[in-house]
Amino acid sequence: MLSIETADLSRTYKIKKTRKTPASTLVALDKVNLQIQQGELFGLLGPNGAGKTTLIKILTTLLGPTSGSAKVNGLDVVSQSRELREHINMVSGGETSGYGLLTVRENLWMFSQFYGIPSRLANARIMELLKIVGMADRANTKSSNLSTGLRQKMNIVRGFMTDPKVLFLDEPTLGLDVGAARDVRAFVREWVDSDPTRTLLLTTHYMVEAEEMCDRVAIINQGRVLACDTPKALKAGLRTDAIYTLQVDVLEDEGFEALKALPGIRTASRKALEDNIELELVLEEDSVLTRLIQFLADHGSTIRTLHKREATLEDVFVSLVGVSMKDVENSNADQDYQE
Amino acid sequence: MQTRITKNSGWKQFFQTVVGRAYPRVVGTMRDLNWLFFDIFMPFLTMVGYVYVYRALKAPEEYIGFVVLGSAMTAFWINILWSMSSQLYWEKEGGNLALYIASPTSMMAILLGMATGGMLATTTRALAIFVIGSLVFNVSYALVSFWTLFGVFVLTMVALYGLGMMMASLFLLLNREAWHLANFVQAPVMLFSGFYFPVRAFGFWPGMVASIIPLTLGMDAMRQLVFPSGTLIGLLTPHVEVLILAGLSVVYVLAAFFMLRYMERLAINQGRITDRLS
Repeated sequence: MLSIETADLSRTYKIKKTRKTPASTLVALDKVNLQIQQGELFGLLGPNGAGKTTLIKILTTLLGPTSGSAKVNGLDVVSQSRELREHINMVSGGETSGYGLLTVRENLWMFSQFYGIPSRLANARIMELLKIVGMADRANTKSSNLSTGLRQKMNIVRGFMTDPKVLFLDEPTLGLDVGAARDVRAFVREWVDSDPTRTLLLTTHYMVEAEEMCDRVAIINQGRVLACDTPKALKAGLRTDAIYTLQVDVLEDEGFEALKALPGIRTASRKALEDNIELELVLEEDSVLTRLIQFLADHGSTIRTLHKREATLEDVFVSLVGVSMKDVENSNADQDYQE
Repeated sequence: MQTRITKNSGWKQFFQTVVGRAYPRVVGTMRDLNWLFFDIFMPFLTMVGYVYVYRALKAPEEYIGFVVLGSAMTAFWINILWSMSSQLYWEKEGGNLALYIASPTSMMAILLGMATGGMLATTTRALAIFVIGSLVFNVSYALVSFWTLFGVFVLTMVALYGLGMMMASLFLLLNREAWHLANFVQAPVMLFSGFYFPVRAFGFWPGMVASIIPLTLGMDAMRQLVFPSGTLIGLLTPHVEVLILAGLSVVYVLAAFFMLRYMERLAINQGRITDRLS
């Protein structure tokens, strides 16, 4: 049974004219077609500005689509938004919801009242969930005194306490330390697994998070879904096991461009380290390595380290977009700065 | 997870929301005691200033009572401006507005909760100012009818907080720095509503125009009901003012309802109202 379904879902924003820039239209989502089954933990993976949050806003009835349609739990997000809100909840990474003067338990209780949960049940539920996330001893702490990690755990409890049929988590581990992020991931996975009628849609720009947690992943960039499958199938789709990470002492721009044009090199990315240059290379087959080593030697580059590794979703992203997710984010940031 | 969740809907959910959203305001009064200084001591100083001006001018002693009453009612106007009208703007900045809209409850219930909580918390402040002012300046009252006075006060509050609910949506729609808007209307309303003097001093028609702010008529009626010479300086009779206040209550609450619906529709169509700093 389908839990979330979108058909040619698009959203554009009109950008007003300013003294420096003319009026324009920003395409945030471009004909997105997704079908998410009940019981799935589905990930939307993409760089900042890819359209993930826009999609979540539409699915949680906070934003109308410009064209196309979307259904959640069988209800249309535009015409049946009021009924739909009974069945969903959402949590965003880094959100500062609630009131600092209230304790953790009081904040959660307040939100439970908006969903019509009787106080006695709400309080019992809140304490259960706080125990699960390891915050029972903080129930009476004012939320203004919580660390970022604890605050996010409180937000997570807020999302789960209403027992939604479909839960949307927008970058839920944003800004969390490693331990807190691990706890949140484990809790999210367990929540989906414990009831097959629950569905969870998670957005993230952390590859490892998507790979570890999600049953299926859609890779999204510039408002378009570029691929959608299980992490395993997406990686298998690269049809190669020749992924190498090399550190060389030097490689100029010209040399790097020539390297990318070498026969047998599918994708190449470069990152400057403190002393070395790191190259990420996807080769058509291992035999290309011989040619590569010769090429580097001819260009005066000394190989410091060389590792062969398994394909990751990052490699999938690079193969689809041509550059790494980090590069896309940096490029977006540069554009924003120039504007 | 053992607890099975059941959820109320309809009016039960509506009233739960009102209580839930009123809670932070009521509890906040007890937890953050800054209001004792900022909301009682500071207005008290303003009150002292007006009292000494009237005494220097040898105004009738009842004018001291007008100042005490006006100072107490000022607390409600300040609450309407800074905690009610600006509230949805602050909720947006804090990230709560999106959660309110995405929840199954009515936004009207959320606003009503804010209003109820604000009213309860502000009544404490207003009462404190009223009692302290009356004792310090030895103000004497001649109550005509307690129930009429109570009715006027309740209607004034309903109309005033209805106006606050309407302004909450309006401030958000204008999408400007909320404190600029609040600053813009704070002083003119305090002048034209006659917080410290009978509004009739401006003349009948300017007084009627000022009556779009419910406090104008509310305070005018209260002055007539608690001070012997009140009827001589009243804008209209208390009964007519009660009728107008009832009308204003209906108009402002309905306007708040429609403004909220419009605001929510705009938020969904344009996608900017729930965004912080949009």
